[in-house]
Amino acid sequence: MSELNLTSVPKLAAGYRFQWEEVQQTHVLLYPEGMVQLNDTAAAVLALCDGQRNVQTLIADLERDYEIEGLQEDVLQFLVQAQAEGWIRYG
Amino acid sequence: MAKIPPPLWLLAEVTHSCPLQCPYCSNPLELVPKKDELDTETWLKVLHQARKLGAAQLGFSGGEPLVRKDLEVLVGEARKLGYYSNLITSGVGMDAARVEKFRELGLDHIQISFQADDASLNDYLAGTKAFQHKLDMARAVKASGYPMVLCFVIHRQNMHRVAQMLDLAVELQADYVELATTQFEGWALANRDHLLPSLEQVRAAERVAKSYQEKLKGQMRIYYVVPDYYEQRPKACVAGWGRVFLAVAPDGLALPCHSARSLPGLELHNVREHDLDWIWYESSAFNYFRGEAWMKEPCRSCDEREKDFGGCHCQAFKLTGDPKNADPTCAKSPHHHLIGQAIDTSQLNLISSKPLLFRKR
Repeated sequence: MSELNLTSVPKLAAGYRFQWEEVQQTHVLLYPEGMVQLNDTAAAVLALCDGQRNVQTLIADLERDYEIEGLQEDVLQFLVQAQAEGWIRYG
Repeated sequence: MAKIPPPLWLLAEVTHSCPLQCPYCSNPLELVPKKDELDTETWLKVLHQARKLGAAQLGFSGGEPLVRKDLEVLVGEARKLGYYSNLITSGVGMDAARVEKFRELGLDHIQISFQADDASLNDYLAGTKAFQHKLDMARAVKASGYPMVLCFVIHRQNMHRVAQMLDLAVELQADYVELATTQFEGWALANRDHLLPSLEQVRAAERVAKSYQEKLKGQMRIYYVVPDYYEQRPKACVAGWGRVFLAVAPDGLALPCHSARSLPGLELHNVREHDLDWIWYESSAFNYFRGEAWMKEPCRSCDEREKDFGGCHCQAFKLTGDPKNADPTCAKSPHHHLIGQAIDTSQLNLISSKPLLFRKR
């Protein structure tokens, strides 16, 4: 498993699915026999963990889409947590 | 009363038929015969209605769900509807081609159960030769790109081999392993004297599970489910009655918990006659243990009542005769001595006068 840096490319771990749930009015992460309800920030980051863009691009895209600057620290912190939870992988 | 939350979990018990005869099976002793099972069309209707209500997790279970020839149809529809679908199987009835087909249709996860880590004990408990096939199917599941999820149901007759079970899981490159102690419902309750582990076994298995959890951190997740007979507080059965979980039995009865069929005074409804929306929100069965009005002491004044909701009502009924009593696994229950007695009886009576009862196919 490779480590987190600005050039690593995060994607959802095998068996995980990210989707919007209409009845719950929230994004969720689904995995074998489990579900996590995500807050807006977590959902915005996970939506971009698509195995295509690296962390640096992901942060730039978020800052552009949400018209906020200085997200790097928060995003990195979330990615560390997401990896520890087993939600994402780098590869 | 607070607003009723939507169901998030649908358990589709598509059949009670099973090629295995595990004596720890939690199905009822009175199995639903094949002729009374819902047809494909009605199951599709159930999937649509539950998804609309909010269910996101879907379990295909049984019996052995692979016995149903239309399982592929249901799996395909489940994916289209946006469910995360789980197939909970013994692996018997599977082959590599069927795994591949499920993958194409969008099944998300396959959980294979093992009765033990070696062929002779596994096949003795299953009542049939199945071990080698399970190994082959576990490998086929992994090879097709699924996360591998193994479940070992543990009890007195196999609990001494938890380390070997985990070694097998490592060899198979499992991603998740569940060590689930038998819950004493259905056939398992009838066989309790044969299956209830001793306290020493439970603690020893716990130590082994902990050491493997540490050793395999980041590689394999291990869940060890402690038997409620050895805890001081009951489990929050199905995360609270009518709060999260909705099961539909092979014959179409909608159940707030998969053992609810056995409870007296509960008027259960069938999906053939009623819409799931009405069943979930309006029917008396799903409202029976919602809220706290039904509670007796010690639950009524207990400061943990919002945590475990009084525990398992089926267990309370089976062991005390009244489903509104506190689950006797709770140390605060006036019936808690029944748990101690069950443990003593099963330990003293090492060669039980009743033979081990294998479930019917």
